[in-house]
This record gives sequence, C-alpha cells and structure tokens, in this order.
Amino acid sequence: MKQTPLHDDHEALGGRMVEFGGWHMPVQYGPILEEARHVRERVGLFDLGHMGRVRIDGPDALRFIDSIATNHCARIPVGSIRYALFCRADGNPIDDLLVYRESESVYLVINAANSDTDLAWLREHEAGWDVEIADETVTTTMLAIQGPRSTQVLAGVCPEGDIDALGYYKFTVTTVCGLADTRVSRTGYTGEVGYEIYLPNDAAQGVWEELLAADAEVRPIGLAARDTLRLEAGMALYGHEIDATHNPIEAGLSFAISFSEEKGDWIGREALQAVARAPRRELVGLTSDGKRVPRQGYGLYRADELVGEVCSGAVSPTLDTNIATAYVPPELAQAGTQLEMDIRGRRQPVVLCALPFYSRTRPKN
Amino acid sequence: MRPDDRKYLETHEWAKVTGDIALIGLTDFAIHELCSGNEGDLVYCDLPETGRTLEVGETFGEIESVKAVADLSSPVEGEVIEVNEAIEDHLEILSSDPWEQGWMVKIKLTKKSMDHLIDAETYESMLAKQS
Repeated sequence: MKQTPLHDDHEALGGRMVEFGGWHMPVQYGPILEEARHVRERVGLFDLGHMGRVRIDGPDALRFIDSIATNHCARIPVGSIRYALFCRADGNPIDDLLVYRESESVYLVINAANSDTDLAWLREHEAGWDVEIADETVTTTMLAIQGPRSTQVLAGVCPEGDIDALGYYKFTVTTVCGLADTRVSRTGYTGEVGYEIYLPNDAAQGVWEELLAADAEVRPIGLAARDTLRLEAGMALYGHEIDATHNPIEAGLSFAISFSEEKGDWIGREALQAVARAPRRELVGLTSDGKRVPRQGYGLYRADELVGEVCSGAVSPTLDTNIATAYVPPELAQAGTQLEMDIRGRRQPVVLCALPFYSRTRPKN
Repeated sequence: MRPDDRKYLETHEWAKVTGDIALIGLTDFAIHELCSGNEGDLVYCDLPETGRTLEVGETFGEIESVKAVADLSSPVEGEVIEVNEAIEDHLEILSSDPWEQGWMVKIKLTKKSMDHLIDAETYESMLAKQS
C-alpha cells in the first residue's frame, strides 16, 4: 500500500488508517460527525496525497486534453480551473477531474482509484499529439485546508498577500510557510471556502505541522468526514453518482460538458448529446428521518415498483437528518416525492429534494 | 484480556451461559470497528422479537453505525426469551459496557454444548493475528 509523506503524522494524531484507492489513508481521527461539523463551522486540514496529479506539457497540450475531457479546456483562462470528466465513447465516465490551466501546460488532479486507468487512457490517445504526459503523483503531494476560517489561517502563512483575493476555482503560485513557488488553488470538496496546496514530498510534513499549529481551531479531518461534506454539498464521487454505467448528463454535471463547435470532437461527445436529448433518469437528493442510514445500492420503491437506487448516503450533521443521492425516472424527480427505501428487506420512508443539500452561498429556506 | 466467563464466535458475538440460559452480546472489538470508540457514531441496533428460535450462526439482528452495517449472528441454538430494551434508546451502552449492560438477547438453550465456540484466549489470539 502506498503512503503519503504524512503517514506517520496521521498515526501520531490517532488517525484510523484504511486502504483507499491503493493508499493507506486516515478515515477519521475522532467522531466523523464532529469532524464534518468542525469544517462547516471552523477549519479543517486534509491530506490529499492520494489524489493523482498529472502534468501535460507540449504545444498540443490544450488541444489534446480537449479531445479527451468533457469541458472546453482551451477556453479556461490561465490561472483558472475547471471541473471535467474523461468519458468513453459510450458517454460513461472513467473518471472526473480538475483541469488547471497554466500558460504552457495543463495540470490534472484525478481520483486515486482511477489514476492507473486515466494514465493508460491518456497514453493510449497520445499518438499524433505533440505532448508530454508526466505523472507527478508520487513525487509531489497535496493538502487541503477548508472551512470558514481557512482564508484567515492560510493567509497567515502566505506572506505575499495573494490568498484573500484569490477567486473561486483560481490558483496562484506563492510562498507558503516559507516555501516559495507553491501552487495554491481555491478549490475543495466540502462546499466551504477552502484551498488546496501542492507541495514537493519533502516539504509536506513541515507545512502540515505549521498549519496545524497556526491556529488552535485547525484540526485534521479524515476521509469519512470529507465524504459527508461533499455529499452535503451535492458533489459527485466516482464510483457512486458516476461510473461506467452512470453518465454525467443524468448526474447533473452538464455544466462540465461542452458541445461547442470550437472545442471540436472529443471522446463521448456524440453519446452524451444523445443522452442530453432524452435522459432516462435524474440524480436527485433525498432525506430520510428514519433511523437507518441510506447506503449505496439500496432500492427505492413506489409501492411494489422499484423506481430508483441510492448512490451515496450519510448521516448529515449539517441538516441533522439522513441524506442520500439517488437516480429516479425524470417524471418522479420532483422535490417532495415520497418513496420508500428498502434496507435489507425493510422499508423506510424517504422524501426527494433538490441538490445540493447544503450551499454556503445559497442557504436553503 | 477479554472475559473468560463466556465463549466467543469468530464474528465477535459472545455467549455467557448460566444453566440453560445464555446472554448474547457483541465484543468491544466489533463495536470499536463500527464506531472507532465514538459511541455517538452508533445509529441503530435491530434485535429480534421474543419467541423467535435461532440456530448457531443465524442472523438475529443488525447493528449500524455512521459508516457501516453489520449482521449479528447467534452463537447458540435456542429461543429468544428476552431482549435488552434499553439498547434502542441507549446505543452507547454497547460501547461503554459491552460485557454486562450491553447484552443484547437472552436465549433459552435447546443445545447446551458450547464446544463450537472459542474461548477468550483463542479469541484474543485471533484478534492479534488480524491486527
């Protein structure tokens, strides 16, 4: 199992270590719900060393990535970031990712569990393009600092003063904890204000420890709370909302898909255009006040008819109820629709709702 | 060392026999696996109706935490004569006292031999191998 440079720090902090995407990662340090709440209310620090990091250089870098990824990457301004997916010709994704637009290259952040597949996919389609694909996953690492106090804490260790003004889905190259030329993006997977920091391996421990010590409110947060936070924020997770049989159109990710002529053709374009014309199902949210927690694979029933399936579920500390994402037919995809969830042979009522469950900028009600 | 006044199933249920009655519960190890020592992470425990007969290894309930669901398997054969009603509203007793207050069901045995179960020492060495 692979280890990030912070492995020993997690063990010293009492982290419960599990296998995740081939890496030995902390799933929690304390109660999961408290960790999630802490990020919503204060500030949390995450080790994201397991995420795949790939640089694509060369004169064709943008056109190459535009032939594979769903978003229009050539139109991303330098210094900005866009969410995108890699799809097969059938329109179903092999992964979702962030695309960082640099002046001469693009930088991709991909899922740990799909890194090998993604790299093979990129190399399979590399022929004919003047590009260089470099996997930087094991030579670099990344952290995230997330939560309403993250700006203040991070700005305190970034003397160049460019953190406060950094816009959402933008990145800068700055000095972090004395380390010059460090990339910081205002991105995250929690629905809070937050930042992701890219580091050489040998600097990771120093920055992690300095950020933890920078403010008494900074706490390490494990992958379980991260999953709860992303679900509350309505963000897709590969293997749950999207996978080899769940396309991004039906998952509500059309904002990341460009059919523009200028982008040109790309893998999956035709299939996804067909889906967009006639979607067969829709990703929705649901809440359930029963005791049982919705989990992936649980069926949703209208009387005796199976009409949907849960993708992800969790106890939501922010909404104080059980929440889940699920696919249902478009005609049922309305807030307020009442269905029953089958939990290993027992039924529990659920009510459909719009996604996301939680938005920092658009509070519900 | 776990209590040696009872015997264990490899799936972490314990059975403490007095005469022809057995108390059944779940070990601290299993509870910790589910909730990592955070009793607030336990959300649900489903226990059977009294009168139900169980065979060795039969699923008699489920326990659920924020992160996982686990089946409860009967370590003994017999009839459920009492269920610990306190658990439903106080899941934390499973974590705070898995050996006494945290018993789950009381079973009138139809087969008294416990030779199919492992003793505390064997259970400990099984856990030691897992970690």
